[in-house]
Amino acid sequence: MLFPRLSRIGIKIFRELYGGKFTVPLCRTGSALEHYSGCWRPQFELHPEAKTFQSVIFQKHHQLSTTAAVSDAADGKKEKETISVTFVDKDGDEKQIEVPVGMSMLEAAHQNDIELEGACEGSLACSTCHVIVMDMEYYNKLEDPTDEENDMLDLAFGLTETSRLGCQVIAQPELDGIRLALPVATRNFAVDGYVPKPH
Amino acid sequence: MAICQARAWLSRGLTTLSSHPSLRVCVVGSGPAGFYTAEKMIKAHEGAFVDIIDRLPTPFGLVRSGVAPDHPETKIVTNQFSRVAQHERCSFYGNVTLGSAVTLSELRELYDVVVLAYGAESDRALGIPGEDLSGIHSAREFVWWYNGHPDYRNLNPDLKSTDTAFILGQGNVALDVARILLRPTAELATTDIADHALTALEQSSIRKVFLIGRRGPVQAACTAKELREVLGIKNLHIHINQTDLEKNQEDEEELKNNRIRRRIYDLLSKEAASGPSVPTSGQHELHFIFFRKPERFLDSLDRIGHVTAVQFEKTVLKAVGPGKQIAVGTGQFEELESGLVLKSIGYKSVPVDGLPFDQQKGLVPNVGGRVLSDASRDPTMLQKGLYVCGWLKRGPTGIIATNLYCAEETVGSILEDLQQGAIGSTSSIVKKPGREGLLQLLSDRNIEFVPFSRWQKIDAEERSLGSLRNKPREKLTTWEDLMKVAKE
Repeated sequence: MLFPRLSRIGIKIFRELYGGKFTVPLCRTGSALEHYSGCWRPQFELHPEAKTFQSVIFQKHHQLSTTAAVSDAADGKKEKETISVTFVDKDGDEKQIEVPVGMSMLEAAHQNDIELEGACEGSLACSTCHVIVMDMEYYNKLEDPTDEENDMLDLAFGLTETSRLGCQVIAQPELDGIRLALPVATRNFAVDGYVPKPH
Repeated sequence: MAICQARAWLSRGLTTLSSHPSLRVCVVGSGPAGFYTAEKMIKAHEGAFVDIIDRLPTPFGLVRSGVAPDHPETKIVTNQFSRVAQHERCSFYGNVTLGSAVTLSELRELYDVVVLAYGAESDRALGIPGEDLSGIHSAREFVWWYNGHPDYRNLNPDLKSTDTAFILGQGNVALDVARILLRPTAELATTDIADHALTALEQSSIRKVFLIGRRGPVQAACTAKELREVLGIKNLHIHINQTDLEKNQEDEEELKNNRIRRRIYDLLSKEAASGPSVPTSGQHELHFIFFRKPERFLDSLDRIGHVTAVQFEKTVLKAVGPGKQIAVGTGQFEELESGLVLKSIGYKSVPVDGLPFDQQKGLVPNVGGRVLSDASRDPTMLQKGLYVCGWLKRGPTGIIATNLYCAEETVGSILEDLQQGAIGSTSSIVKKPGREGLLQLLSDRNIEFVPFSRWQKIDAEERSLGSLRNKPREKLTTWEDLMKVAKE
């Protein structure tokens, strides 16, 4: 690619300013934190569902940032409240993050600057947060997808036997150590339309 | 205030960080293909300044005028698109029509890169006798009508003179249309359906809807969510002919290799096996008709010029390749009566002056989104700086997310060309004027463009009108109203 490094910085800044729900290293210093919550606020009326969703994220984000230090101190004493999740991106790069129990992989990815799309913001109306569970063992620990999730998975690009929607995978203690791959769909995207691989 | 300063600082930081000269990009069309292209472009290149133009005063293309009103979750993606539109390196200009307000060659003069993502605003035709009788519409027209597209608010489909509607085609658009015709209007009343459509549907006498396909249940082109939805409509009698569900060897093969088809077939079989075979009184009816090819539309005797029936030829499947079967006529014909026919057989793109176009396929010849000079697809005949994305690039199929990958591919091509010096300011001596040039030209021509901030006025007005009626929004459906509110 042209300017891999710079474009990463660009993406980061783009997300910080507009994505809103991402962790913001630049804003973290001093009073910039307040500004961050200000630049977070959308400038338009949100769809009711979306609003709920965003406020959930926002609350959880706060929870995350305030409890981070606490859990550091209490580490090892009480039961683990976060689990370790590794995302493997399209280029094979890995990123390990800590995800609070109860949070969806879609929210977790967005808070940690992981390139996972979420067109319908977790309302089970699209397939863009498609992730592939890399170990069958972990896949089997998950509850079976509902009909509604399967309807969306039908349309996911690069569908596999262990595909799930990131918005439907919720962090649970038994999922500690789960590895999720972002599908590589673009490589074979033909001019005449890509046909998702059936399974 | 502080945020603005922070933004300014960041953008200054970016400029100094970035050694890239600016790249002026114009995206034509503000639907999913256009917005995903803009988003990917901005993310991939820090010097990219993207202007999105649209012929309507409103953005979002088919998310606004195509997605059914009872699918609000599907429209949530407009949040993401709105963030893109408000990015400091992105602008939206509505009410700017390619071909009249500004020509393609002018855009190519003004910008380093032009990406055409204006979709498909016309329809495929059946090409059979009687197709222009009144009472026959394309599904696109009907959808634009109930979704309040300003060009189709006066379609006035006659829903009162007949109790039967035929929908030709069994894809998702066909299912959307069937659902809108059959769903209790009380349920539609709380959606953002256009007011004129809700009123017409409340007075509708349509009780039976026929979804008619040339091939069988194994080949139905819909997806499971939409099928499940239509099968789940309250107090609706569903009729599926059991014998149509019989499968041949090729059908089995097709199902084995296709998860969507398999799930669709299962849903249809389950439905056919359950439920009473005769409707109870007052029940609305939905009939799935397979293996029927429309042959001609028949004129009414007492209402000249209006459709009264359709002649169909029965078909059988014929294998033409691995996993592919087509419908061929059997020479057996039948006539079925209906006073309303909606053709849901595919959208079609429309070319503009100066744009290479493959009439047969109804799209722009391209390689990875790079526009080719002719349909022979000779890769050496590239149109410098001209790209396509979305339906104009690959034909009218796929879901919103398809455009995500489609845009990724087009933007990838742009970056490659840029790297090779084929486009961009580094290779040309004269810098392209971009946005300033476009705005100058629009001002010279007295074109009242609608920037995103003015769309937000329309948006706010529609939401406030909607809240009075317990709807998420009440769409403004005339050009006059849209422009009036935008200018307030």
